[in-house]
Amino acid sequence: MPSKVEKWKDEVYGNEIREHLMEFAEKGWDAIPEDEHDAWFERFKWWGLYHQRSGQESYFMMRIGTPNGVIKPGQLEVIGEVAKEYATGPVDNPEFGEAYCDWTTRQSIQLHWIKLEDIPEIFEKLEAVGLGTQQACGDSWRNIVGCPVAGKDKHEHVDAWPVAEDLHETFKGNDDYSNLPRKWKVAIAGCDEGCGQGDINDLAFEPAEKDGELGFNVRIGGGLSRKEPRLARDIDVWVPPEQAADVAHGMSALFRDHGDREDRFNARIKFLMDEWGPEKMRSVLQDDYVDFELETAGEDMRDQYSYNTGSQDGHNDHVGIHEQKDGNYYVGLNVLVGRMGADDVLELAELADEYGSGEVRLTQRQNIIVTDVPEENLDEFTSEPLLENYSPDPSPFMRGSIACTGTEYCSLSIVETKNRQVRYARWLKDNVELPEDHKDFHIHLSGCTASCAQPQIADVSLRGMKTRKDGEPVEALDIGLGGGLGDDPRFADWVEMRVPADEVPGAIKNLVNNFKEAREGGETFRDFVEDRDEETLAEMVDPEETDYHDPYMHNTKMTWYPYAEDDDMQASPAPTNGQGEPLPSDD
Amino acid sequence: MTTDVHQLDDGAWISVNDSREVNVSDLWLLARSDFCGCETTDFLAEGFVKVGVDYPDIQARIAGQCIACGESGVTDWLTVGRVVDPESGEFYGVVHESVHFPEKRTRLAHPEE
Repeated sequence: MPSKVEKWKDEVYGNEIREHLMEFAEKGWDAIPEDEHDAWFERFKWWGLYHQRSGQESYFMMRIGTPNGVIKPGQLEVIGEVAKEYATGPVDNPEFGEAYCDWTTRQSIQLHWIKLEDIPEIFEKLEAVGLGTQQACGDSWRNIVGCPVAGKDKHEHVDAWPVAEDLHETFKGNDDYSNLPRKWKVAIAGCDEGCGQGDINDLAFEPAEKDGELGFNVRIGGGLSRKEPRLARDIDVWVPPEQAADVAHGMSALFRDHGDREDRFNARIKFLMDEWGPEKMRSVLQDDYVDFELETAGEDMRDQYSYNTGSQDGHNDHVGIHEQKDGNYYVGLNVLVGRMGADDVLELAELADEYGSGEVRLTQRQNIIVTDVPEENLDEFTSEPLLENYSPDPSPFMRGSIACTGTEYCSLSIVETKNRQVRYARWLKDNVELPEDHKDFHIHLSGCTASCAQPQIADVSLRGMKTRKDGEPVEALDIGLGGGLGDDPRFADWVEMRVPADEVPGAIKNLVNNFKEAREGGETFRDFVEDRDEETLAEMVDPEETDYHDPYMHNTKMTWYPYAEDDDMQASPAPTNGQGEPLPSDD
Repeated sequence: MTTDVHQLDDGAWISVNDSREVNVSDLWLLARSDFCGCETTDFLAEGFVKVGVDYPDIQARIAGQCIACGESGVTDWLTVGRVVDPESGEFYGVVHESVHFPEKRTRLAHPEE
């Protein structure tokens, strides 16, 4: 029997949601019939709007999908202006102020505290410069990810940007694929460093050569969510760039027709891959969904991948100053936990214009890249005061930090994340020294098993939990080690569970010190973890209290907003009207 | 009116008559449960897997783990609250910190179908 969500989708879904959304926005929050809230909030996701968690009713997270993370000249300024004008809530965030943008691990943008009544104006401003929220959430083609410097990169074999842009144009708003059983995440990359992160996507195009021609090998069924992480599997297909869209049509139609619509927990294509295996996946694609003979896989470049491999060679991220193939430079700036104040966004937009082409790009590590900077502008650009906070050469603990949204706004999260990870990174920077040869050390904090911070592919993986300390429930984290991508991708081993959140920095300090003492020769951290059993590793992670102070140990989910002076659920002003004034309650 | 119950957002919360009523991340004390070997399971709710109505009870099976011993899995049916008067539809949540007794159900109620 189809799920309740499928029933709602059958009634209204896809492009047609927009006219309803606009009507509700015009009439105001109260216009959404109370007994239709769940159905409409589920549908609004398709237009990039996610109703914020309990205690924050009537406010939405808005996601803007920027394919491949490309923010064209003129767009960043509008994003900053929209954030400043509309993404302000009743209470400021103590670390980030009143308005900010989140750069996400899928090269998208998230704004919070968006009011329904403001949506038409926001859409108008975004769409005037070619930006949009369509399909940024919901059961459809999500934002396409890839190498953030596609088209610029010296390591590139195929320019994947025109292909990504073509896929974006083809599948955004396409009624044939607007109602899939679940989200559909696609990655495409043409460089030999592996920064498309194809292994953790539903559909991945990876660079490969076949009979002297460059194109893409196809992998299917990756993903990290829940406690069921999967690496995408090779289905033995190669496509030239001009046929990538045909295979994408076929694969997403296959998913549309064969994905599980009865159980949303079993709906992602990774579960169909579990059931079918790559051979059947290929044969169904060939027999029923493409009208040309699929080529077998070409020779891939995975043995050259360096991105997030822990190898300490090559590109482990895109932070720093790197030469482009046209002789200009791109400057990757570290944005701690991906959150940037709206004023800083506006200033960066000006700097990108002044020193580069005005284009910036988002990475899958929540950072931002200013592209097309001529060599003669580099010194002046990197001397700008803004870059003191968004450095191209930050501490490994700052550049390696990723955090999801957490209990600040998210219904699913168990713990506070972004502000906590900011505090962790600062403390680790001041108190822990990595070995000289370790410039990259990735710590990913995810508030729950949905894995939006991609914890399983980090050197140190942190996942939201609870425990008791002195009898009282406190926020805690599971600690995993040794995850990463590359030719030999590996998910983290969870070695120490339910560590009180205030003991995690001490645990990481002890782990790093134990690693420095016990490593053999030039052993990298990732190899070190791989070569030791869980018990040995667990002993090395020795949680302890330090002078690190954690203000979020209490149950932040029970608050209406964790940083409000009166954070009690009953003190929430929500729901509010279009001016942010509390609406009368029925009680 | 019929009581409308479902889990949403990947099992993040339970909706009762289009109102968010029960959230993940709370700790529930489970007694006489075979979830784990602990005398009382100190259970962290991580996701609502199934929901149903056994009038007047609103029930759920919850994915999560015992934070004392680490055992993880899905509970039997737990009463998470009650809608005593289906006409008003008003939901009364149970106190999750109190002791609860998960039970195997002999019938499964799907109020929406």
